[in-house]
Amino acid sequence: MNASTVTPIGAPVRRKEDKRFITGKGRYTDDLSRPGQAHAYFLRSPYAHARIRTIDTAAAAEMPGVVGVLTGRDLAQDGLGGLICGWMINSKDGSPMRAGAHPALAVDTVRYVGDHVAVVIAETLNLAKDAAAALAVEYEVLPAVPDLAVAQAQGAAQIHEAAPNNTVFEWELGDRAAVEAAFAQAAHVTEIDIVNNRLAPNPMEPRAAIGEYDAGDEAYTLWTTSQNPHVARLVLSAFVGLAPENKLRVIAPDVGGGFGSKIFIYAEETVCAWAAKKVGRPVKWTCERGEAFLCDAHGRDHVTKGRLALDAQGKILGFQVKTIANMGAYLSTFASCVPTYLYATLLSGQYAIPAIYCEVDAVYTNTAPVDAYRGAGRPEATFLVERIVDKAARELGIDPAEMRRRNFITAFPHQTPVIMCYDAGDYAASLDKALEMADYAGFPARRAEAERRGKLRGIGLSNYIEACGIAPSAAVGSLGAGVGLWESAEVRVNPTGNVEVLTGSHSHGQGHETTFAQLVSARLGIPIDQVTVIHGDTDKVQFGMGTYGSRSGAVGMSAIVKALDKVEAKAKKIAAHILEASEGDIEFKDGRFSVAGTDRGLAFAEVALNAYVAHKFPTSEIEPGLKEGAFYDPTNFTFPAGCHVCELEVDPETGTTEIVNWIAVDDFGTVINPMIVEGQVHGGIAQGVGQALMERVAYDGEGQLVTGSYMDYQMPRAEDFPAFKVGMTETRCPSNPLGMKGCGEAGAIAAPPAVINALADALGTQDISMPATPAKVWAIAQARVTRQAAE
Amino acid sequence: MALEMTGSYELPVAREKVWEALNDPEMLKRCIPGCEELERVADNELRALVVAKVGPVKAKFKGKVFLADLDPPAGYRISGEGDGGIAGFAKGGARVDLAETSVGTLLTYTAEAQIGGKLAQLGQRLVAGTAKKTADEFFQNFAAAMTETAG
Repeated sequence: MNASTVTPIGAPVRRKEDKRFITGKGRYTDDLSRPGQAHAYFLRSPYAHARIRTIDTAAAAEMPGVVGVLTGRDLAQDGLGGLICGWMINSKDGSPMRAGAHPALAVDTVRYVGDHVAVVIAETLNLAKDAAAALAVEYEVLPAVPDLAVAQAQGAAQIHEAAPNNTVFEWELGDRAAVEAAFAQAAHVTEIDIVNNRLAPNPMEPRAAIGEYDAGDEAYTLWTTSQNPHVARLVLSAFVGLAPENKLRVIAPDVGGGFGSKIFIYAEETVCAWAAKKVGRPVKWTCERGEAFLCDAHGRDHVTKGRLALDAQGKILGFQVKTIANMGAYLSTFASCVPTYLYATLLSGQYAIPAIYCEVDAVYTNTAPVDAYRGAGRPEATFLVERIVDKAARELGIDPAEMRRRNFITAFPHQTPVIMCYDAGDYAASLDKALEMADYAGFPARRAEAERRGKLRGIGLSNYIEACGIAPSAAVGSLGAGVGLWESAEVRVNPTGNVEVLTGSHSHGQGHETTFAQLVSARLGIPIDQVTVIHGDTDKVQFGMGTYGSRSGAVGMSAIVKALDKVEAKAKKIAAHILEASEGDIEFKDGRFSVAGTDRGLAFAEVALNAYVAHKFPTSEIEPGLKEGAFYDPTNFTFPAGCHVCELEVDPETGTTEIVNWIAVDDFGTVINPMIVEGQVHGGIAQGVGQALMERVAYDGEGQLVTGSYMDYQMPRAEDFPAFKVGMTETRCPSNPLGMKGCGEAGAIAAPPAVINALADALGTQDISMPATPAKVWAIAQARVTRQAAE
Repeated sequence: MALEMTGSYELPVAREKVWEALNDPEMLKRCIPGCEELERVADNELRALVVAKVGPVKAKFKGKVFLADLDPPAGYRISGEGDGGIAGFAKGGARVDLAETSVGTLLTYTAEAQIGGKLAQLGQRLVAGTAKKTADEFFQNFAAAMTETAG
C-alpha cells in the first residue's frame, strides 16, 4: 500500500458518513418498515397526578383496524418488570435510595402529564389514534407537586409511597468539618443562589422503535434510536424480563442525535418489543415532537446555594454547596448518578480548593423524568463554580482572569477533595491563549465605543473542566454503578487486507465512522476507505457500553488500539514465517512488514491474505485468520478543560442580547480529526447558549407542560451566533494509549457561565437567572438606567 | 393551564327573560359553539357533548354541567368539566350576574378554566385566544338570540 493514501491522526478529513446523511440515504429507525407491521399510539395522562379508577378498552378494541389494546395490567400479567435506575446512591445515613416503581405502562397511578396509560396498536397510526380516542379512562385526580421548591415540604402530596417527603436520597460528598474550619478563617465569603434551568434535549430525530417477534426462533428484534443498544438489551433481559439476551437482538441503526436522551431505556421501546409477540405483528412507534417534549428525559433542573470562603487575596479556602435536584416523577436509567457522582466530583473546577462539602437532595416531582443531558452534572457544577468565582472576583475588586489565575491547579496529578484525581492539564495556557484571541486588553475601548451607540457591552470567562472517558469500572462500581464502563472492539482484517472494526460505542452524530477509521488507517497504513466501522447491532458486536460522557474516543478508541496491537503482533508472527526471519526482526511501518536492515518485506494486505490461506506458517503454532478483539477498561477519567470567552452587547431598550464574539480554547489532549472536534465544540456552544438565553421547560401549578412545542420553547438558531473562534492547547492525557480526553460535551459545559458572566459584566448585577430572556434583561437594564439617573 | 376571562353584554330584554334563557338547555345548546348535545339530567345538572377545535387539535368533549348558587333572576354559577380523550381535558366555571338597566339587562361574567394534556401543550397564546373567542361567541350568540326574542 502507498503510505501517501493513509489518513494520519490529526488530519481534518471529511466525514465518511455525511454522504449518506446529506443525500437522504441514511437509514433511521423511522425509515425502516417490517413486513406486516402495525402502528402503536400511546394514550398519555392529561393529569400530572391521578389514580386510574378504570380503563374501558372494549369500545377501542372494536374500532376499525385495531390489532390490540394493551394496558399496564397486561404487562404485569405477563410478569414484566418495571424500568430501572442503574446507579445506587446511598443517603448520608447509609440508607439506600428510595425509588418508586416505574412500570412501562401505568398500573393504577399516573405521575406526570404524558405518563403512559395504554397503547393502541392498529393498521395505521391514524386508526390507532382514533381508537385511542375511544378509550374510556376514569381518573381520580390527585393533588400534584410539580414545583421542586415545595416537593419536600410537610403536607405535600406524596408521589411514591417508597419515598417519604418525595425525597429519593439525601447525599453528601466531602469534608464538612474542614469546610466549616475554612469559613471560620475566611476574610471574605461569597454566596450565590442558582437555578439550573430544566431543558428539553431536542435531538433532530425523535425517538422511534420497531419491535418484532419471530415465532420460529422464539426471538425478539428491537430497532430503536439508542445510544447504547447493548445496555438496552441487558436491561430488557435482566431487569424487565422480556427475553434472555440470546433471544433479543437490539439494533440502533443511524441515529440522528441524542445528547443523552437516547441513553435511557424508555417505556415505548419496551412496550413495542413486548407487544410484537402479544399481537403477533411487528409494532412500530415514532415519537411526535410534542410527545418528545412530554416524555424524553429532561436535563438539569437544580436549585443550588453555594458559599465560597476566600482569603483577602482572593485565594479560595473552602466551598460549600447545597443542591436540590429534580428527578421528575420516576428515576430514569442513570438519573441518580447525574446530580451526585457526575456533579459534585467536579466542584473543584480548575482550582486548588483545599476543602469542599456538598449536599444533594434528589426529589420526586410530578414532572417528566430528568436524566443525563449533554454534560450531565458537569455543566451544573461548572455553572456554579464559574459563577461564584466570577462573583467573588467582582466583590473583591480583582479582575476575573487574575482571580482564576491565582487559584489554578498547576501541578499534576492533583487530588481534589471530591474524589477526582486530575491527571494532566495546563489551565493558564488555555486562559492566556483565550485572552489573547479575545483581545481582552482591548475590551474597555470596545465597551466605551458600544456605550456611545447606546449598547451595554460585557465580557465573560468560563474556565470549565469535565470528567470524561467514563469510566474505570472498579471505580464506578465502588460508587454504586450497576455496570462496568469499559469498552470493546474487534478488528477483523479480511483476506484482501481491508478491515472491519466493530465497536461497542455508538455513533449518532459524532462521526465515529470517520474518526475510528482514521485511527485504523494511520495504524495499519491502509486507505481510510478500506476501513468500515460497524456499531449499533447486538448481533454483530458482542458487547459494549455505548456512547455518552465523551467516552467513545478515550475508551472506545483505546479498545481499538488494544485490538490493533494484537493484530499487529499476530501479523508480525506470520510475516516472520513467510520472510524466514526471526519475529523480533520484523518491523511494521507505513503499512509494510519488513525484516530490519533489509529490503525484504510484505505489504499489510499480503500478510492478511497469508493469514487466511495459511500455507506458509505452522497452524499448530499460529491459528489461521487475522481477527482480534479487546476490552479496554480505562485507568482514570479524562479531564478535558479549557477557557471560553463570551463578549456580548445588550440593547437596554429591547433587552436583546447579541453575542458579538466567542472564543473557545480547549485542551482535548490528542485530536484525531480537528474538523470533527471543532464541529462538536460549535454544537456544544450553541446548546449552552440556548440554556443561558432561551431554553427552559416550564410546568404550571397543576403540572401541565406549558413549553410543549417550538412555539413556547425557544431553540438557538444560526443567526444567534457570531463565527466562533476555536483554538486548542494540548496536554496529552496519560491515562489512555492515544492521549485523548474527549470533546463532545465541552461547549455545552463551558458556554452557560461565559454568557451569564458576560451579562453580569454588561448589566452590573450578579442577579441574573437562566434563561436570560429579553424580558428579564430588559427589566434589569431599565432598573439600571433608573438607578443611574437617580444617582 | 389556567385561563381567566371576563366580559359584559347589554341585552335589550327584561332580566326575567334572560334568566329563563340561561336556564333553558335548548337555548344554551343553540348558543354554545360546537355544542352537539345538551340535556338536563337532574335539576341543576346537564350532560353535554361539545366539539372544540383549538389550533391543530379537534376533540369531542363529553362532560357534565352544573348550575349552582342560583339566585333568580340575579345570577348563578355555571361550571363543568369535559373529557376530550387524547386531546386532554377542560374544566371551568363562570359566575354570571344579571343587573337591570334602562334598556334591559346587563350580563356580566367572570370565568376561569383549567385545561390539561395535549390542549395545554398547544401553548397559552393559542389556547387563551381560542377560549376568549369561544366565550365571546357564546355571549354574542346569546345576545343575538335574546334580541331576536325581544324583537
